[in-house]
Amino acid sequence: MSDPKIEGYEFKPGFSGMAQDTGSDQTMFKGVHWGKAMMWIFLLSDTFIFSCFLISYMKGRGSTLIDWPNPSEVFALHVGGVDVPLLLIAIMTFVLITSSGTMALAVKYGYEKNRKMCGWLILATAIGGLTFVGMQAFEWSKLIHEGVRPWENPFGAKQFGSFFFMITGFHGTHVSIGVIFLFIYAYKTFKGHYDDEKRGWFTTMKGNYVEIEILGLYWHFVDLVWVFIFAFFYLW
Amino acid sequence: MSETKKQEQTTTHKIGIYLWIWGLLFVLSFFSYMVDWYQFQGLLRWSLILLFMFLKAGLIMAFFMHLFWERYALVNVLLWPMTAIGCFIFLMVAEFKYTVFTRLFYFVVGG
Repeated sequence: MSDPKIEGYEFKPGFSGMAQDTGSDQTMFKGVHWGKAMMWIFLLSDTFIFSCFLISYMKGRGSTLIDWPNPSEVFALHVGGVDVPLLLIAIMTFVLITSSGTMALAVKYGYEKNRKMCGWLILATAIGGLTFVGMQAFEWSKLIHEGVRPWENPFGAKQFGSFFFMITGFHGTHVSIGVIFLFIYAYKTFKGHYDDEKRGWFTTMKGNYVEIEILGLYWHFVDLVWVFIFAFFYLW
Repeated sequence: MSETKKQEQTTTHKIGIYLWIWGLLFVLSFFSYMVDWYQFQGLLRWSLILLFMFLKAGLIMAFFMHLFWERYALVNVLLWPMTAIGCFIFLMVAEFKYTVFTRLFYFVVGG
């Protein structure tokens, strides 16, 4: 959507565009920022990593003869004298979706060169991510207090702990890295690095609001992975 | 000069579409939470979980990650490798069934 046009190169939509793209000389995805193409490739490989985790979880859960711990009891919160099932997880899901929404708007305002709005929205996204990581830390410490370990737990099948810590831990690491980058990008946006085309530190590429979209892709991916973890680990 | 020319041609979408998708994601998440709240069990539970999961994933990928507006080459490069994951799931389902079978078998017959 944001791909700039190259002079003397007319990109066709649909399948003829696809044939033109894959058969083009020198580079595929002509006019797409290299960072964006590379982020997509990275996300594809990350998809495979998370798939391997979730598939091994499926295999582990499917092959044990001992009852799997009931997630809606294990992850219940005690609020006002009643156990509310999965409450914390539901709140975490809503927080992450909220931050995904603010990120999508940040990308939009970035392309419209609305520097302030873009910066505030990225900051809001970062705070949402931070809240999510905080709640995850709370959840981990709660379970560790209850005696859940990677090798044993008081609720049922022993594999539960190792899959739980591995999958949510890896996802939480992604969120944490995302939060760090969100804060950096919020700073860069407020400073006007993308308006002034200031060069970055890792590359000599000129600052451009396409970087916000690239960051956005990563952030939406983190949300996407959570959708699958929520469905398979917490609800199943 | 060419840089400014490039930037003039970038287009954005109306804010309404993002707010709509955002709202839908909230509603779908609420529905999937309700699946647990009302303790649906068995096939109904699993199909509802999968339905809401795929709808949410589809909305995020199509609109928040802009795949709906992207060129077909990128969409195809991203989505076809997913079939390999499908194959892997299929293989591992066969594998865990076999594991369960051997565990039960040797439990009865003895090592």
